Amino acid sequence: MVWATVISPLDPGFRRPSFGFVRLAILLGVFAAMVARPASPAEDDHFGIPQVKFINEQISSHWADSGLKPSEAAADGEWCRRVYLDVIGRIPSIDELREYVADSSPAKRPDLVNRLLGDEFIDDYARNWTDVWSTVLIGRDVGNAMVSRPGMRQYLRRSFSKNIPYDRLMEELVTATGVNANRKDVDGFNGAANFLSGKLEENGVQATAKTAQIFLGLQVQCTQCHNHPFNKGKQNQFWELNAFFRQSRSLRRFGGTRDLQWIELVDEDFPGEGGNAEEAELYYEIRNGLMKVAYPVFVDGTEISRIGYLPRALPDGNAIGVNRRRELAALIKASPLMPKAIVNRMWGHFLGYAFTRPIDDLGEHNPPSHPELLDGLAERFQQQSFDLKELIRWIVLSRPYALSSKATKGNHRDDPALGEKPKFTHFYLRQMRAEELYESLLTATEADQSRGGEEAAKKKDQWLSQFITTFGTDEGDDATVFNGSIPQVLMMFNGDLIRQATNTGKGGFLDRVASGNAKNSGKITTLYQAALARNPTAKEVAAANEMLVARKGDAIGALQDIWWAVLNSNEFIINH
Amino acid sequence: MSSRVDLPIGMNRRHFMSHVAGAAAMAAPAMAFTNSLRANATDLKKRHKSAILLWMGGGPSTMDIWDLKPGAPTGGPFKQMATSADGIAICEHMPLMSKQMHHMSIVRSMSTREADHMRGRYSMHTGYVPNPNVDHPGYGSVVAHELADQVADLEIPPFVSIGSGSVGPGFLGMTWAPFQVDSNGNVRNLDMGIDPARLEQRLKMLSTIEDRFIGEKRGGSAEDHRKVLDKTVKLMTSKQMEAFKVTQEPKEAQEKYGTTGFGRGCLLARRLVEAGVPFVEVDLGGWDMHADIFSALADRKLPELDKAMSALVSDLADRGLLDDTAIIWMGEFSRTPTINGGAGRDHWARSWSVVVGGAGFNRGVVVGETSSDGKEVVTEPYASQDVMASVLKSLGISLETTFTAKNGRPMKIANSGKVIKELFT
Repeated sequence: MVWATVISPLDPGFRRPSFGFVRLAILLGVFAAMVARPASPAEDDHFGIPQVKFINEQISSHWADSGLKPSEAAADGEWCRRVYLDVIGRIPSIDELREYVADSSPAKRPDLVNRLLGDEFIDDYARNWTDVWSTVLIGRDVGNAMVSRPGMRQYLRRSFSKNIPYDRLMEELVTATGVNANRKDVDGFNGAANFLSGKLEENGVQATAKTAQIFLGLQVQCTQCHNHPFNKGKQNQFWELNAFFRQSRSLRRFGGTRDLQWIELVDEDFPGEGGNAEEAELYYEIRNGLMKVAYPVFVDGTEISRIGYLPRALPDGNAIGVNRRRELAALIKASPLMPKAIVNRMWGHFLGYAFTRPIDDLGEHNPPSHPELLDGLAERFQQQSFDLKELIRWIVLSRPYALSSKATKGNHRDDPALGEKPKFTHFYLRQMRAEELYESLLTATEADQSRGGEEAAKKKDQWLSQFITTFGTDEGDDATVFNGSIPQVLMMFNGDLIRQATNTGKGGFLDRVASGNAKNSGKITTLYQAALARNPTAKEVAAANEMLVARKGDAIGALQDIWWAVLNSNEFIINH
Repeated sequence: MSSRVDLPIGMNRRHFMSHVAGAAAMAAPAMAFTNSLRANATDLKKRHKSAILLWMGGGPSTMDIWDLKPGAPTGGPFKQMATSADGIAICEHMPLMSKQMHHMSIVRSMSTREADHMRGRYSMHTGYVPNPNVDHPGYGSVVAHELADQVADLEIPPFVSIGSGSVGPGFLGMTWAPFQVDSNGNVRNLDMGIDPARLEQRLKMLSTIEDRFIGEKRGGSAEDHRKVLDKTVKLMTSKQMEAFKVTQEPKEAQEKYGTTGFGRGCLLARRLVEAGVPFVEVDLGGWDMHADIFSALADRKLPELDKAMSALVSDLADRGLLDDTAIIWMGEFSRTPTINGGAGRDHWARSWSVVVGGAGFNRGVVVGETSSDGKEVVTEPYASQDVMASVLKSLGISLETTFTAKNGRPMKIANSGKVIKELFT
C-alpha cells in the first residue's frame, strides 16, 4: 500500500472520516481559507461594539506614531485556535474548527465569541479561568497544608460559572471567613478563604503583599523592610496596609487527628500591640532599629477608624467597631487602581504582553505602553459593572487580537522580547501554559470529555506537579520548568500523556482515524486539523508518505509516528 | 526510504546511530562507564574548569555560621570553633567543615540591597537588580555559555541545577537554561522505547513541520523550540547520562556525603563535574527562619550542610579536581542581627557573608569584617556583581567579555563587578 501520489491541501478526494464528526455540509472551498485567506470581517470592523472601536483606534494611532505597519489578519483557523485557547483553555476540536471555518457569515467572529462565553461552553470556560486564577491567587505548589486547592477551585468554578462581577470576586476573596476545605465533618465551608488562609503568618505580610499586587497592581513587598529606592513606596505604607489584616487569623484545625486537616479563617478583635483596642496600633522596625507605629491607612491615604473591635452593638444601643478587611475591600473597590490592574492582567492574558512589565506593577516608576488605552478600558470596564465576559469580548474582537503572528518588514522591530514596549502590530507568540497543553491534548485525541469536575482537576494537578519547582522560602514562591526547556521536551517526546495520546489501541483516536473510510491523505489532514487547525502542505504529505513506506505499510504505525511529530512541533505548543 | 536523510539535529546519520546504539548499551555493566570516567579523570581535569554553586534558598543566617559574634546581644547562643585555616573560626555546629576551611575563604563584607526573596535570588544569581525590560542570565548560564566549548564532546547540558530551578538564561536564550534534576539524578521521560530507525523517522517528520513554522518568521520562540529539541535528542542518546546515576556510587561515598537530598545532590555535583559539566547548582532550601532559628540550625540544617559540604570539598581535593572547580556557597541574603520576638531572625541584606573556594581562589583567608553586633560592614563592602566577577576570574573567564542583550544593548559580563582582590594573590 502506498499513499496517494499527489496530495494537495485541497485534495478533492478528501472526505471526512466517518466517526463522530459533525454532520455539517462542509464546503471544501472554505477550507482553503484556513491556510491562507484572512478571516472574513473587514480588518477594522468593530462589530458595532464601541469598546472594540476604542481599542482599535488607540492601538492604530500608536502604530502611526511609531511608523509601524500591522501584519495582515490571521487565517481563519489560526484565529479560531487562538480564541478557543485563550477563552476556554484548549484548542478547538476538529468539529468545532470545521464548523467555524465553514461559516460564511460576516458575524462569525462575534457569534463564536458569544458561544464561547455562553452556556454551551460554561464548563470549559469555568475550568480555564479557575486554572488561571488558582495560579494567581495561590500559586502552583501543591504542598501547602494551609491551602485547600480543591476548596479554592470549587469557589472559583462557581464564581466563573455564574460570571460574578469582578468587584464582587475581589470582595469575596479579600473578606472571606470560614472553613477552607469542603468536608462532610465540618460546616461553614468557604473556598474563597484559601486566598488568605496561607498568607496570614508573620502578621499577614504575605496577605498584604499579594492583595496589593493582585488587586491594585502595586508591588509593596519590598517596602516591608525599608523605603523603596526606586519607586515611591514608603515603609509606613506597607505597614498601614498591613494593619487591615490584623484582625484576621488562620486557625489550624486537626479534626481529632495529629495532622492539620483544615483552616478556619476568622476575624477577631485586635487589641493592638500596645493593648489599647480603641486605638489598635502595630509597630514596625525601621532600618536604624527604631520602632514606628502604624494604623490602617489605604494606599491613597484614606484613613479608617483605628478601633480594633469588630462591629458590635453596645448595651446603650450604640454600635462600635469596624471590620478592617471589609473596609479594605470597600476601598479597593472604589480605587481606580482596581479596574486598571484587572484590565492590564486580562490584556496580557490575551495579547501575550500587558501594558506593563511585570504585569502586576502599575507603580508610577513603571509607565504603561498605552496609558490612554489602559485608563479608557478600565473606565469602560467599570461602567460595564465589572463584567469580565464583556471585557473578554472587547479584547478578543479587537483588531490587534486578530492579527497574524507573522512579522513583516513593516513591523519586525516591534518585538517586546527585545525589551521594547509592545506595539501590538502582530500577534506575539507564546507557549501554551501547561494546563492548556494538557486540556488541548485531551481535545485533540477526543479523550473523555467529562472533565469539568474536581476528579479531573486532581488528575491534572498530579501531572502538573512534575513541572513545579519551589524555592525553599516561607513565601511559597514557585516556578515551572514547563518553559520550553529540555524536561518539557522530554515529557512531550516520551511522557505518559503523549504515550496515551499516541496509543494505537482499539477504539482510541488513532485507531478510529486509521479505520475510517477516508483516503490516507484525508487521514493525515485529520491529524493536522486536530492539532494545528490547518491542512498539511504538499511537502508535509510527501514526508508523511515516506513514513508509511518506512513502516512497510503499517498504516496505523505510520499515523502514530506522524501524530507524534505533529504534537511535538513548535506549531502545536505555541499559541500563534 | 530515501537514502539521504537530513537529520534534524545536526548530526550525520552514522553519528546519530552510534549514539542510539550507545544508549542501548547502557544496560551493560553499570560500573563500566564510571570506571572509565575515573581513568580519564586526570585527562579531563586538565582540560576543563567547573563551578559548583551551593544555593541556600530562603536566606541563611551567616552570623550564626561563618561570622559569629559570641557575647553580643545579637550573637545568639552558638560558640565559635577553630578551623584548619589559621585564625578562622566558624560555628561549633560545623565540625566537619572546620577541618576543610584551609580550602575555602569567607567574604564577611557582603552588603547588598535586596531583602525580598525573589529580588534577592535574582540579584545574587545575575549581578543585576531586576529590571522589567531586560532578563539577565544567571551564573549557571553565563559560566556554561563561556565554558561549554572546553569539553568539545559534552552531550549533557552544560548547566545542571539539582533540586531547584535556579535563575534562567535571560537574553542568552533557552539553550543555556538550567537542566533541572532531583537530587537522585533522576531524569524523567528519557526513554522512548522504540527502535532507533523509527526515532529517526519521527524526527525527520518533526523537522519538516518545525522548519515550515520557523520559516514564517513569527518570532524567536519558534527557533528556540528547535534548538532545545536538538539538545534533547542528543541527551537522550548520550552515554554521558551515566553521570546522573548517583546511586551507583559506592555506599561509603554516599554515607560520607549524607543520605539527605543535599548530600546526594553534592555527590551528584561531583560526578557531573568529573563528566565535564561546567556549572552545577545544588539547592538547599529552608533557611527562611523567622521563628525558632537556633534549634532549627543546630538540630537540622547545619548538620546536613556540614556533612555534605565538607564531603564535597574534601572529595574534590582528594581527586585533584579542586584546583579547577570553584565552589560558591551563598543565599539570596542573610538574616537580621536583631533576634525577633519569636526567637527568629528576619530578612537582612546589609551585612553578611558568602563562602568561596577552589579553582583560582586564595584559600583559607577571611575578607572584610562586620561590626561587633554584626549590623554593619566596617571594611570595603562587596555586592553580588563583585562575587560574580571574582568567581569568573577564578575560572579564567575574561571580565572583558561583553554580551549583547536582545535589544542590542551591550552588557558587560557580571555587571562590571570588581574583583575581590584579597581572594587572589
